[in-house]
This record gives sequence, structure tokens and C-alpha cells, in this order.
Amino acid sequence: MCKVNIYITLKEAVLDPQGKVISQSLKDLEYDGVRDVRTGKYLQVELADRENAEQKIEDMCNRLLANPVIEDYTYTIEEVV
Amino acid sequence: MPLTTEWTPEIIETEQVYKEMGVTDGEFAYIKRVLGRAPNYTELGLFSVMWSEHCSYKHSKTLLKQFPTEGKHVLQGPGEGAGVVDIGDGQAVVFKIESHNHPSAVEPYQGAATGVGGILRDVFSMGAKPIALLNSLRFGSLERSRVKYLFREVVHGISGYGNCVGVPTVGGEVQFDDAYNGNPLVNAMCVGLINHEDVQQGIAKGTGNSVMYAGAKTGRDGIHGATFASEELSEDSESKRPSVQVGDPFMEKLLIEACLEVIHHEALVGIQDMGAAGLTSSASEMASKAGTGLRMNLDFVPQRETGMTPYEMMLSESQERMLLVVEQGREEEIAKVFEKYGLEAVTVGEVTEDKRFVLEHKGGTVADVPVDSLAEDAPVYQPEAREPGYYEEFRKTDYVPGVRNPRNVLRALLKQPTIASKEWVYDQYDTMVQTNTVVKPGSDAAVLRIKGTDKAVAMTTDGNSRYIYLDPETGGKIAVAEAARNIIASGGEPLAITDGLNFGSPENPEVYWQMQGAVRGMSGACSVLGTPVISGNVSLYNEAAGGQAIYPTPVVGMVGLVKETSHITTSDVKNAEDLLYVVGGAEREFGGSELQGMLEGKHFGRAPRIDLETEQRRQQQVLEAIRKGAVSSAHDISEGGLAVALAESLFAEELGCEVEIEGETVTELFAETQSRFLISIKREKQNEIEELIPDARFLGKAAAHGRFHIIKNGATIIDEPIQTLKADWKGAIPCLVKSEG
Amino acid sequence: MKFAVIVFPGSNCDEDMYHAVSEVLQEEAEMVWFEEADLDEYDGVLLPGGFSYGDYLRSGAVASVSKVIAQVREFIAAGKPVLGVCNGFQVLLEMGELPGAMLRNRDLKFICREESLTVEQTDTMFTSSYEEKETISLPVAHGEGNYYCDAAVLEKLKENRQIAFTYKNNPNGSTGNIAGITNEAGNVLGMMPHPERAVEELLGNDDGLRIFESILTHWRDVHAVNN
Repeated sequence: MCKVNIYITLKEAVLDPQGKVISQSLKDLEYDGVRDVRTGKYLQVELADRENAEQKIEDMCNRLLANPVIEDYTYTIEEVV
Repeated sequence: MPLTTEWTPEIIETEQVYKEMGVTDGEFAYIKRVLGRAPNYTELGLFSVMWSEHCSYKHSKTLLKQFPTEGKHVLQGPGEGAGVVDIGDGQAVVFKIESHNHPSAVEPYQGAATGVGGILRDVFSMGAKPIALLNSLRFGSLERSRVKYLFREVVHGISGYGNCVGVPTVGGEVQFDDAYNGNPLVNAMCVGLINHEDVQQGIAKGTGNSVMYAGAKTGRDGIHGATFASEELSEDSESKRPSVQVGDPFMEKLLIEACLEVIHHEALVGIQDMGAAGLTSSASEMASKAGTGLRMNLDFVPQRETGMTPYEMMLSESQERMLLVVEQGREEEIAKVFEKYGLEAVTVGEVTEDKRFVLEHKGGTVADVPVDSLAEDAPVYQPEAREPGYYEEFRKTDYVPGVRNPRNVLRALLKQPTIASKEWVYDQYDTMVQTNTVVKPGSDAAVLRIKGTDKAVAMTTDGNSRYIYLDPETGGKIAVAEAARNIIASGGEPLAITDGLNFGSPENPEVYWQMQGAVRGMSGACSVLGTPVISGNVSLYNEAAGGQAIYPTPVVGMVGLVKETSHITTSDVKNAEDLLYVVGGAEREFGGSELQGMLEGKHFGRAPRIDLETEQRRQQQVLEAIRKGAVSSAHDISEGGLAVALAESLFAEELGCEVEIEGETVTELFAETQSRFLISIKREKQNEIEELIPDARFLGKAAAHGRFHIIKNGATIIDEPIQTLKADWKGAIPCLVKSEG
Repeated sequence: MKFAVIVFPGSNCDEDMYHAVSEVLQEEAEMVWFEEADLDEYDGVLLPGGFSYGDYLRSGAVASVSKVIAQVREFIAAGKPVLGVCNGFQVLLEMGELPGAMLRNRDLKFICREESLTVEQTDTMFTSSYEEKETISLPVAHGEGNYYCDAAVLEKLKENRQIAFTYKNNPNGSTGNIAGITNEAGNVLGMMPHPERAVEELLGNDDGLRIFESILTHWRDVHAVNN
């Protein structure tokens, strides 16, 4: 079995109003060093086996989990014994 | 003793663990008498939630009995999920209001969202299709950052849930006062439409019939929610956060579809929502109402978390769950209906004839108590009442506001959050889905057409708690009368009400005195105006940390019938040159007024008087005039008096006015004297209106010049562009919400 | 003409769409549960608004890979009219049948109100009953109606005259003020405003009815030619 952590974020070019609000709020709390905040989604997917996991995950992301028009994704795979 | 350990009966008794669950010494002794032994932990849990104020009304039952509950249109009064009122053609409306104050104070988004979810289930469990939602909201001062946050999130929560389930949120009211700084009120009302023959009951009839559980799985959320709602908020309420449930409107939408399909299935015997006190209340109430018993095997309850104990399962307030009683042997047919919507419906028990409530878990019996002891036999208290010292003092106080510049006062009043436009709120609600909404939020009442007929229903919520604080009985009358006026002004005939009674602790004699007075006043007005109480909810212990009780706040949710869609009337003046009339004269009444609050920062003095006979007569005259087509617009004169009502009526078309007043200027413009309407008519209706409504006094006319112009004895009192006033009125709430707190 | 209103779990404007077509337009219509659809029987497909699958993951995403979708694609490929409103528009975007994607509204709030629109294109089977550049009013009701596409796509939409409606006062931040677009072939229209909510005088607005009338007119024209 393996556990896949998928991180989905809005593409650079896409405005992220939530991120802007959070970033402003952090500045209001006097975290002066905050330059930018981007929001996104985190998904945990458990796969029965490790084989071809990369291919499967990318396929899932392209078909459903992320929208390539506005979103990017990255993922990490942890093997669970 | 922490509630995390499930103590033995011995320890429960010797260490008085029951007190932690809100059970008193006397109640514990009573439970022991009923059982003939000490209860185990699970059983104690059952009693503690069923005997909480929220489920048992133990401090309010004797008062509620005063309400008139019968009338020629009433098909189902209090006692079921919601009341049912005939609207002709074999159709009926089903409605109820319910509070979600405590959860909303702690977690405003989910608190408000699940409040909406719960009231929807009360209505569709009756077999009715939910057609409208309304909300009665009270917040503290919008200057405070915590209040801003609560306000934003409550509105967001209502919007998030209501919009998703596809039921339009069409009305309600929002008021702001320091009295709610620590304890906001969130009362949600739902109106459903049903054919008479489809009305369901929550009963568990027929020995051997199956008890089925449908909808979301049970988790540990909301355990002790009903008890939580029956306690004052305290410093550690925040840490009780796990009590707050999370709503899933998508699941609810599917549950609505499935339930409205399943009610037509002949194998269905009874159906009830699992609301407050979850599985415990739904199951025990269904059996108690049918005079039967119930045996459930908790191993079959769908569980979202592992290792749940019987106590946790029975007290969980996980949302979006229903309990059904189904003819034995036909469980599969019912399960199939739910399956289509991706929902689980499983058999968890059966109806028995021994009138006992028996729970099994992992091969053993974990609870065995008489059904009626839970649902019917909760103790009833007759709390002590004491007239507060302020009451007599207020009655003797003759308050006269000092006003120099009526123009400035009007502009300031229009910016008071209670008066200001609530567009910021209702723009976030889907007000139109189901395509029945003829009159959207912003007028006196919302009006929805009934497809396939020429009828419509009007609905509103009202309750000016300032008057009730000053004088509970008079204020109680006004709350009902104002709701009726709003229905009348919309072209409807008031049918019935649902009441949301929000008060402080009934164990405080002064609070109980307020409750007594308010209920007496409401009952009186309901009798005279012919609007029986068909459902309702009681929320007590609304006190912020420090014991500061809220204003006594009974909220009236009223539904009326508009006989023909051509009678539908809004508060907007339609055309320049239309004539303006005020129905009813003003008295120098400023106690509890918006003007007083604005000038003095507090409320005192006498509440405005109300004469129910005058109220009823004027209402009938105005309705008659509307039905005859003589009225172009009608608006109840309430907070802020005539000047505010007039300005509000002119905003939509941005019309001006030429109005001449008589009498004392401040009284004429700003007094909150009751039983009054502002109406506009076409010029040719002048004679007709003066004949139909003898109390109507000519004020002037609407004008194309766009100036709000009021004169007295030939001298200008106010002359202001209507757009300026509108900008004040529209901009106030967005400005307050956005500003730094 | 016979319309199918596709019902997904969580659709909530399905009955409104059905009412508009069957009661007001007075054409045949059926509400079709997404798992039970056979679109061969129909002349037009309507994807209604609502919150299909609770809008979980992304609005329209889960519906866009559900059972009925292969049939919808065939229907589109056959050149028959498909109208997606609100959530229906989001589904069409997620399907890739229309270019672009939907983001949360600029101010992060759900908005429900009447909006003024400009009819940008009347040479389509959905808008032929309007006047070019006519201003109409339609209700919007959405939390994610902020249409997004990159500059190249926007250019192409303009070039191909695929922009059907634009907002006069952009309420949600959408690119190019876009309220509704068609596909290149012109037989798919996706729009955020709700024409089905604006088909009766009693409810204060019937500006939306002409969309349905346009579809019907087009179908009758085609039908007349074929016969």
C-alpha cells in the first residue's frame, strides 16, 4: 500500500482572492515579512499498491482532481508497510 | 468529574456525576424512582438530554399552554415536527421556526448552517416540500469586531447551506443591539407546501414493524448539544466546541428528495428527523406518541467513527439523519428509494408493545427504560416570577427626545443598522430558486406564488425586543400585530404563527416574569387577530458570560394567504404623482424607539401602546382596499417612524415626495406609534380610499423631482435628494462590516 | 421539440428549467436522472443550475465525469443544442466542451441579484430572438461565477464570436466581463445568469424566455428544412 499526498494550487497567473485576504490579514497582525499567500487543496489518496503509482496519480489529477486550466499539482508518495 | 469516562451507576450516584450532565438532585431521585434502581451511564445520558429544556420545555410548558392553537385553518397544531395550515384546494402550508443560538455563538458558520438544516428536516419530515426559508437574527453592536465576525459568518453559513439545498431564503429580519453583544440569536424558519393527504406523522405504530435509520452516518459530533443549548454561555463554552455539528447540505438535498419520494410509499408508517438529542429523541418520541415501545440494536447504527459507545451513539447530533418506521418485511423497498440517491437506510430495531425503550449493543442490553419517562414525563417546573424594579419606573418615565435638525436625524436613523438596507445580507442568499418568489426580501413580507393556482403565500418574521424589554405584555402583542401588519401590507390574510421564544435563564425570576408577560401579550394578540400558534421553539439561558441576559426576544414567524396574485402588494411607491396617505395618527411615543437608542444609547420609558381592536380594524380595512385594487403600495410604519417608512418606500424608484405634516414635528416624523400604515394610491382612487379606510389621512404625493421634501405650516422641515438618503441607507451595513473593529 | 433536463445529485434548478420549458414555453420536457438517461429521444439538452455533488472538489467537476457525460458529448458532436446554466455551465467547462474555467467570485461571496447584460452575439441558435447589443436583465445566483481564461483564449473567443453575453457591471470579476459563451460550432451555450428564472411577468422579469424561444425557432427551422 502507499499513501499519496497531492497538493493542488492555483496557477501563478490566476488571481487567488482568498490568498490575498489571508495575506492582508497576516500583515494586519504585523507579520511584516509576509510577501504572498497562495491557497490550495491537499488530498490524501491511498493506493493498494505502489506499482505505476505516479502514472495513476497523474492520470487522476489530469482527469478529475485538478483542473489544468487554472490549477497545478504536485504530489509525494509514501510507502506504507 | 469529566464526561469523558463512562462511570458506573455507583460512582454516578456517589460522585454526583449526573450534575455534570445538567441533571439536578431532585431529577436524579425521580429517575431512580422511575427505574427502581440507579441508571447506568447510557440511561442517564438519555434522561439528561430528554429532560433538557430544549427537548422537554420543562420551564416553559405551563406558559405554552396559554397559546391559542386551534383555528378553522389549522390541520396540525404543536406537537409534530411542524404545524400545518390549510390554504384551500386541498393544499396546506407547513411551517416552524427554530433557534440555533448557542451553536452559532460558538461556531457561527456551522451553527447557522445546521440551524437551517434542522428546520428543513422538521418540515420535510412532515411530507412537505420546503419552499422557503426565513431567518430572524439578532446581533450586538456592529462596531465590535467579534460581532462583525459573528454577523459575517452567520450570514455566510445560512447562505452556504440554504443555497446548496435549493430552497430560497426569502425573508426575515436582522436587528442589532448591545443586548446581544455576547449572545447572538439565530432563528431559522422554514415553510413547506403539501397536499392534505400527504401529511406524515412521527409515530412508531404496529408491533413488529421495523425501525430504519436513513442518511448520514453517526459520529461523535454534537454530543450533548441539547444540554449545551440549555446552559448559559460561559468562558469555557469555546472549549466545548466539539459539541458543534458540521452540516452537509449536499447530503440534505439528497435526503429531501429521498424522503419526499418515500412518503408516497405505502410501507412507510412514520418518519421523524433526528434533531436535538438525535436518535434518543426521535426514537423515544415516535414510540411515545404511538403508545408503543422500541427495541434497537446499536450495532446496526451506521457509524462514522470507530469505537463509539452506546452513550455516544444515542446522544450524537450528527446532521442529516432521519428515523423511519416501516412495515415489517418491506424494509428492502424503502432502502431502495434511498439507494437511488446514494443514501444508506438500514434496519436498526423494531416496534414493541411493552412501552419500553430498550437498547442493545454487542450482545448485551445497555439501556432499558420506560418510553414515556423520557418523552412525556420530564419534570415540569413552575418557576418563580418577580416584576423587575425597572418596570414601574419605566412606566412612569415620559421620554421626549431632543431633536434640533430633523434632516440630520433622518439621515442618521437611515444608517442605524437595524433600519439600514439589508441588501448586504440577502444578496448572499439565493432568493429565487424554485421560481416562485414574487416579492423578494426588502419589502414588508416575502410573497411566493403557488404554481398551478392563482394563490400566493406571504411570510414574515418579526419581534421588536426593545418594546418587550420595556413592557413584555405590550411588546408581545406588538410582535404579533407587526407580523400581521406586514402580511396585510403584502396583500395577504394572516393565517397562523410559529413562535421562537428566546429568553435568558427561567430560573431568574425577573426573566420568568418577562416570559409570562410576553406569552400573555402574544396569546392575546393571536386571539384577536385570528392567528393561532401552530408550532414553535423555546430557547432559554441566552446569557453571555457574566450573566447578562439578552433582551426578551420572542420572534413571530407568520404566514398569510394571498387569495389572488393580483392582490400582491409591495412597499415601493410606483409612480410620481401617486398620492400618499398615512393610516393612523402618531402619538408622542419614543420609549424603545430607534431614535431613543440612537440619541441615548439605551432604551427606557414606556413601550408604545397598542389597542388590538384598532389594530384589527385597520388591518381589515387596508386588506379590503388592497383586494379592491385601490392601493398601489403599502408599508408598515415601524422602526424610525413615518419619515423612515416614507423614505424606504421611495428608494426603489428613486422618487421624491411633497408631503405636508401636521402636529408636533418630531412625533409626526419619528414616533413609533403602532397600528399604522403608509400607503400610496393612484389619484383616481382618492374617494374610494377615504371611504374604505376612514383613518387614512392625506399626506401629499410622490414627485418626479427626486427630492424628499417635507413641509409644515408652509415651512420646509426636510429637503434632501432621495439619492443621498438612499446612499446613507444602502451603504451603512457594508461600511460597518468592512471597517476595522 | 423535446427537451431533456439532466438531473445530477445536488442539481437544484432542474425543476425551474423544466417549468420554464414545459409550462411557459409549452414544449415537451422531461427531467432525466443522470444514471437513467437515454438522450437519443431528445432534441435539446438542458444542464441545470445547482450544486451537483455539493460542488465538492470543484463546481461541476464530479458531474463532468459522471455516467451521462459520454452521451452528452455525443449529443454535442451531433450538433444538437445543449444549454448549461450556472452549474450546468461549470459542468461544460469541466468537460472541456467550452474553453476556460470557473473561479470563486472576486469578493468571495455568493451573489444573488438581477444583473444587466449585453447580448453580444445574436447569430446563434440561443440568441437569435434578441437584438444585437441589446441590454437585458437576468438574475445571477452563484459563488463561483468568475469566468477565467487566458489572453489567447479570450482573443479566440472574440475572433470566433463565441461570447454570447457580457455583464454591464461585472459582479464577479470574470475575464472580459463574460457571462456566457458558446462553443466553436455554436450548438453549446454556457452561461452563469439564469434565463429560466426570468420567463414570467408575475416574477418581475421575462427577459430570459427568448433564449428558449430562440432554441425552438432554430429547431423548427431545421425541422422544416429536413421535412
